[in-house]
Amino acid sequence: MMKHALGGAVVIVLLSAAAYAAFFIAPTDIKQGLVYRILFLHVSSAWTGLTAFFICFVANLMYVWLRTPRWDWLGISAAEVGLAFTTVVLVTGPIWAHPVWGIWWTWDARLTSTFVLWLLYVSYLLLRTLVEEPDRRALFSALFGIFAFIDVPLVFGSIRWWRTQHPQPIVMGAPGSGLDPTMWNVLRFSWLAMLGLMTLLLLARYRLEAMRGDLEILRREAEAV
Amino acid sequence: MSLFSNTTALLGKELRTEFRSRELLTTTVVFILVVVVLFSFTFDASSAESRRFAASLLWLAFLFAASLMLQPCFLREQTNDTLSALRLCVKDPFAIFGAKLVANTLFLLLTELLMLPVFSILFNVPVFPVFGQLVLVLFLGSLGVSIAGTALSAISAQARMRELLLPLLLLPLLAPVLVASTQVTVGLLDAAPFMEWKGIGFLVTFDVVFLTALWLFGEYLLEE
Repeated sequence: MMKHALGGAVVIVLLSAAAYAAFFIAPTDIKQGLVYRILFLHVSSAWTGLTAFFICFVANLMYVWLRTPRWDWLGISAAEVGLAFTTVVLVTGPIWAHPVWGIWWTWDARLTSTFVLWLLYVSYLLLRTLVEEPDRRALFSALFGIFAFIDVPLVFGSIRWWRTQHPQPIVMGAPGSGLDPTMWNVLRFSWLAMLGLMTLLLLARYRLEAMRGDLEILRREAEAV
Repeated sequence: MSLFSNTTALLGKELRTEFRSRELLTTTVVFILVVVVLFSFTFDASSAESRRFAASLLWLAFLFAASLMLQPCFLREQTNDTLSALRLCVKDPFAIFGAKLVANTLFLLLTELLMLPVFSILFNVPVFPVFGQLVLVLFLGSLGVSIAGTALSAISAQARMRELLLPLLLLPLLAPVLVASTQVTVGLLDAAPFMEWKGIGFLVTFDVVFLTALWLFGEYLLEE
């Protein structure tokens, strides 16, 4: 219990520091003014979401290979946490886009692929609710998770080549674009804070899933008696 | 050799089952017709507009139809309790997928080819000058749809609400196929038709990637 409280405290400190840095240390953007500061929440959530989905993918592969419930628990936890961060991205995106681009949404590569990614993992979670038998549920969702993750680069590639009218990405975009070094550092720090939050959520969700797993076993034993 | 002979034997079984009743083909053709007619109500299908929208409508109709058509693929084995027997028959479980996905590709392609002239008349877009290229796109697109769809129908057959679940799992996964094949088809239906080879390359990539994934993980999908 002490350990969890300590972890929570560290994450709160990190997030507060990141928020302070985003508001007061990072310089104001010449073109966008203050509104650009949402970048530190938006982009770091996006990277964290992708990290969580990558963890989910690894957990899915490990489950298919080893068949231990732990990997299934990690898979579902990472998928849910990743979905939460991706939801933050999808909500903050339009809030940022409206004052800067003048529209809430544009069907460009990043927005559309994030949306498709979000849908894929919503389907992953739905699939889990619709298969009753625990082993089968774990296996099927792991396999779907693998297919979904393989699909992500293809979705991004297809939309980037054909369906895009977007402004050049600023972060990791074409040469000539780029962030001010201080902004970069603040962004990296925000990502670190978000990763801390992700780890905390992931562990909490994992514990919950482990307890559910144990409960399921107890229930089955009780039924057998 | 055994994989090939197993696959052809199972393919024969799939084709016989379908051509005895022709249920799947008939219903899918009618379904696509209904969708195409409904689409025509939603926008004014004048010639200039049709050229822009026809390709998207065509592929959306095919995709929706496919998500329904692929439903019985494993469900039939499930209801007749024949999946274990099938698994015992073959050495490599990939033969089951191979047969099913070739059969599904053939069924899809057949319905698409049947629908193409009808579509050409209804939306006033000439398809015959570019027929060969269209068949290539239709084939690669249908193959991609069948590979992903066959894998996922093995999953959905064992879940609750399976009729809803398959489209839900399949359609977002097929977003890249939809984008690429629509782009190629738009080029082909243009007033000055051109072939977008990049799209063809992309479709081939999608097919190869998912075929490899199915080959690697397919056997786990058939576990009892």
